[in-house]
Amino acid sequence: MTVSPDLDRRFRDAAGLLGLLDVGFDVVESPVGELFVAVSDRGLTAISFDTGLDRQLERMARIAGPRVLRSPRSIDATRRELDEYFAGNRRVFDLSLDLRALAPFTVDVLRELARVPYGETTTYGELASRVGRPRAARAVGTVMNRNRIPIVLPCHRVVGSTGDLVGYAGGLDRKVALLELEGAR
Amino acid sequence: MHAVGIPPFELFYEEHRADVMRLLRRRLGRERADDAFQETFLRALQAYSRLEHAEHLRAWVLTIARNVAIDALRRARREGELVDPGAEDARPAFEELAPLTDGLPPKERAAVVLRYGYDLSYDQIAAALRSSEDAARQAASTGVRRLRRRISP
Repeated sequence: MTVSPDLDRRFRDAAGLLGLLDVGFDVVESPVGELFVAVSDRGLTAISFDTGLDRQLERMARIAGPRVLRSPRSIDATRRELDEYFAGNRRVFDLSLDLRALAPFTVDVLRELARVPYGETTTYGELASRVGRPRAARAVGTVMNRNRIPIVLPCHRVVGSTGDLVGYAGGLDRKVALLELEGAR
Repeated sequence: MHAVGIPPFELFYEEHRADVMRLLRRRLGRERADDAFQETFLRALQAYSRLEHAEHLRAWVLTIARNVAIDALRRARREGELVDPGAEDARPAFEELAPLTDGLPPKERAAVVLRYGYDLSYDQIAAALRSSEDAARQAASTGVRRLRRRISP
């Protein structure tokens, strides 16, 4: 017995509007490919270039709880800001972030990362110094690699000390594309 | 973070929404079924975090649907609409059967509740309990006999 798309959408909207979800998610189009976007009542929980839903749903359930549902309305604010960013009309994101289930060091590094301005780059070592752990460049690299909210937390702006791009969890092509979009290359 | 094995709600919803819709259309007709469908899954969402295991999820959501349908028919009746009296099925819901069957051995209890609370067939019960159909029938009937003895000693 089929459920009409209209009814399906109404249920998903209502679930988000009534605050019954641990996480609402959707997959959005972007110039760097499809993005999985997940938002909880605390804020933006994840952005991922990996849109394999089985993996992502389990991951979200582990972080926030089992009430994980595709609910396009739930991610409206994030979708809008991402669209503006990719259109070149937004340089700073104005979204609250859900950083739960991350280690304290990770959170410290991500908060410093958030301060790296649009269109500029910094290095792994510099970021390590700013969190008071100047010798932890490698650990900072690991935090960048596992960054749960790429783009909004701009790990693409972190490069090697010689200016090498080094790496990017979403692939170096995407790192280049984001830096070019921001006029940093 | 949550009880082991409870699937993310998205998967649960996708797996059971067609069955829920089928039940609601049968009981309420096409027009009223849409509202009841939404209500059923919103109620399921409200209770979902409190589930302690992932067994019998289909039976669980169909019970919610049945209760939503009963509420909708009552409401309709109060509002003076004509309803088909045969459409309502007043079998005891799980909530009513649960205290009654408390104390039965687990397998018998599950069989009794699934048969008389959820209206499942014996092959469905067998699948839920991972046993044969005969064993499911046996468990339900032993459970009922045991309950009878308890009620009229």
